[in-house]
Amino acid sequence: MPSTRQPGDTRGETPEQTGSAPMMDLLRFTTAGSVDDGKSTLIGRLLYDTKSIFEDQLEAVEGASRKLGEDHMNLALLTDGLRAEREQKITIDVAYRYFATPRRKFIIADTPGHVQYTRNMVTGASTADLAVVLVDAGKGVLTQSRRHAFITSLLGIPHMIVAVNKMDLVDFAQSVYDEIVADFGRFAARLTVKDITYIPISALEGDNVVERSTRMPWYQGGPLLSKLETVAVGARTNSIDFRFPVQYVIRPNQTFRGYAGVAVSGSVAAGDDVVVLPSGMATRIKSIETFDGPRDLADVGESVVLTTTDEIDISRGDMIVRPRNLPAVARRLDAYLCWMDATDLAVGRPYLLAHTTRRIQAIVKGIDYRVNVDTLHRDPASTLAMNEIGRVEIEAADPIFFDSYRLNSATGSFVLIDLQTNATVAAGMIRGETHDVAAATHPAAATATTVSAGVVWEGWNIPREAREARQGHQAAVLWLTGMSGAGKTTIGRLVERQLFEQGCRTMLLDGDNLRHGLCGDLGFSPADRDENIRRAGQVAHLFFEQGAIVLCAFVSPYAAGRSNVRGLMPAGRFVEVFVQADVETCRARDPKGLYAKASTGGLDQFTGVSAPYEEPAEPELTIDTRTMTAQAAAEMVIDFLRRSRLIDV
Amino acid sequence: MHTSSRGHLPQLESEGILILREVAAQFERPALLFSGGKDSIVVAWLARKAFAPARVPFPLLHIDTGHNFPETLRFRDDFARTMDCTLLVRQVQDSIDQGRVQEETGAAASRNALQTTTLLDAIKELGLDVAIGGARRDEEKARATERIFSHRDVFGQWDPRNQRPELWNLYNGRKNHGEHFRVFPLSNWTELDIWQYISAEDIPLPGLYFAHQREIVERDGMLLATTEHLRLDPSDTVSTRTVRFRTVGDATCTGAVESSASTVADIIIETAAARITERGGRADDKRSDTAMEDRKRQGYF
Repeated sequence: MPSTRQPGDTRGETPEQTGSAPMMDLLRFTTAGSVDDGKSTLIGRLLYDTKSIFEDQLEAVEGASRKLGEDHMNLALLTDGLRAEREQKITIDVAYRYFATPRRKFIIADTPGHVQYTRNMVTGASTADLAVVLVDAGKGVLTQSRRHAFITSLLGIPHMIVAVNKMDLVDFAQSVYDEIVADFGRFAARLTVKDITYIPISALEGDNVVERSTRMPWYQGGPLLSKLETVAVGARTNSIDFRFPVQYVIRPNQTFRGYAGVAVSGSVAAGDDVVVLPSGMATRIKSIETFDGPRDLADVGESVVLTTTDEIDISRGDMIVRPRNLPAVARRLDAYLCWMDATDLAVGRPYLLAHTTRRIQAIVKGIDYRVNVDTLHRDPASTLAMNEIGRVEIEAADPIFFDSYRLNSATGSFVLIDLQTNATVAAGMIRGETHDVAAATHPAAATATTVSAGVVWEGWNIPREAREARQGHQAAVLWLTGMSGAGKTTIGRLVERQLFEQGCRTMLLDGDNLRHGLCGDLGFSPADRDENIRRAGQVAHLFFEQGAIVLCAFVSPYAAGRSNVRGLMPAGRFVEVFVQADVETCRARDPKGLYAKASTGGLDQFTGVSAPYEEPAEPELTIDTRTMTAQAAAEMVIDFLRRSRLIDV
Repeated sequence: MHTSSRGHLPQLESEGILILREVAAQFERPALLFSGGKDSIVVAWLARKAFAPARVPFPLLHIDTGHNFPETLRFRDDFARTMDCTLLVRQVQDSIDQGRVQEETGAAASRNALQTTTLLDAIKELGLDVAIGGARRDEEKARATERIFSHRDVFGQWDPRNQRPELWNLYNGRKNHGEHFRVFPLSNWTELDIWQYISAEDIPLPGLYFAHQREIVERDGMLLATTEHLRLDPSDTVSTRTVRFRTVGDATCTGAVESSASTVADIIIETAAARITERGGRADDKRSDTAMEDRKRQGYF
């Protein structure tokens, strides 16, 4: 915005007088629900109750309601725009709706709930800060509800609101609501969404949508709109890692050459040292230009023009970054892919990969598995059809500069375009590189949320890649999780012995050797268990950077804790091994006499008896020790390392 | 790139600039559809920001119905000059003279629908592969599903059933020979956002937007200006009222509203309290409940 003003100056007037709201921010959210969950009614209700609907629209809806033979105004008709939707009473494509309150402007990506569901919800979720998932109180948590939650998690949406709708049809009964909350919570525990809020509502009658309902005094929380107005925006913005994909080169004359684009994450200041990828040329930011004058700083999300002190060749598709904070560079990517086209994915066929401002040919080399989005099961697959999601390996013709999607959605996302039809056929979320030795990614990034923005990762004196090259095998962390007595340590010891015999650098960490020293101050409360696993993960990470294959045998009952450790290691280097055995088997084995002690009340908080164990949702390996010997299990682990090309023996 | 705490207008501006730069990078021959209305003025304003210090690398294209208010045309020419933009004008009258379209008859006759043919002819003549427009998704329900990069087939038609998914800010402008795109940088703006931005940036506007005295006839609850192009019916009664226009399209079908709002600040207050959508003043949308969808399928703006 320019700072100078001309006649008609409204400066000095209050925002109320001018109608402008300088502090108003913007929340993008997506709504997900099945055909009859009342999603359109909810949106209609939000628009209606926030007075975002104009009289002529209301008249049109009243007229259309009558035409459809309905005796009251059908709020869903406010949003069901296209003729076919009206006729079939369904929403068929992602539609964007807008409303504002004095606090915030809202953009709703309204995603439909029938067969094309996954593709549309992925589209709507790609830019959302929050997802509203509707559950019909009368029907409970259906398969679709789980699918919505999974996609919310996969697309990295930080906030989820579960709106339990149609409470009016179950007499506003708390028991119905409580059961749905518990049911949903069990599934959501396997996902990575951090902030879930449950709200009982009736979209049709307006309870707890904009105003607090008086008919559910047992519900202590606020209505849906107040959550939408107060949730923190920008939670998925990465403000640490500066990435500037060059969009367009501006060259009005021989004396000016500027690089137009947006700092998609992080920020840069005039005078900062930068590196240009892929050339690797170093230079410095000379100025940050905008139409409204030069700036000292280009902050995340701002469209600017950068100039550099050196005349170097920079073009669209290049990326300007900081020398000590580089993205990963690789040709082969490990990614989740959501297929969006009626023609199935063809493995091995070239597609155009659109990533930041680059367009590169790429093939899908293979499909690791297809995710059953309703059960989270992994199914073997040779292709992906429309609305299917799989984990795949991509090979690009040129190296791609990226971060994992979880850390940076702007540099971790891509789409595939069909070279013949030009259709956008798939959306991808990068997990990491596969097998390629990456350029130095900074390992602290995974826990960047706890690292202050001023901390710059200096890198290891001797990079892990150099150590790996010398020792002839890759570093990895094998994380064995399972209940006490399941056989984690036994298998871990066998695997380590075998690797050691073959000349690998190894280390074995288990609950006992850590709890006697480093973690001697910790007990078994949930908080202490979290801290124990955090320390174990950090220690494992240090050995990992030293080049070791680290075997970690920890009960580690919480999915979140294991996921945090996973985030410390590059993709493909953290191998979660679920060592499975039922309580009866463990109790029968009881190598340390703990089950006996627990059953007599001598131990509280004992996992599997008096404390919960959250099974891994997507372990790399599952070992059922009821049917498999420890030796066979060890072979299975070694074989996995070999197939993943972590070891070559 | 999602949100930051910078407030909604800078975010919308930055998004608009990003979209315009994508257009310049992905297409060979773009043009910005310019009507002299506030939305296309804002798009042109963003374009100047997007490419500064260089000139806007594409022309403004006005499809002139021949039924425009003279003050809009004067403003159009001045604005293009101030913005240092090339202005191209194509006339609906030419399409009529060439027999490409037939003028509607009757009291409700309008040249709005005829623009489609002139536009498609201009796209072909100029070899355009993309036309940038000022449409917003909040204007009309059919637009709520339209992509920012909106594909048009060889006949210039929009297929709402077969749109490309549009994710993150990865815009796919690839097309086959003969096809083209419409791109809408203001997709995520509302009418109020437009006014707030005009106020914050002090953007010049045609005088029609501000309250003035004018001769008016009232038809079906709509206030139409008496111009040489409006055919008066014997039942019409002409009166002078204080009005302004919320859109400045074809004078024969653009309705005025009674208003005393004479500054942008007044208009913002009026808009925030408005109870009628701006398209609610347009006779062509009133023809049927899905009038806009039907026109868009045929290649309308």
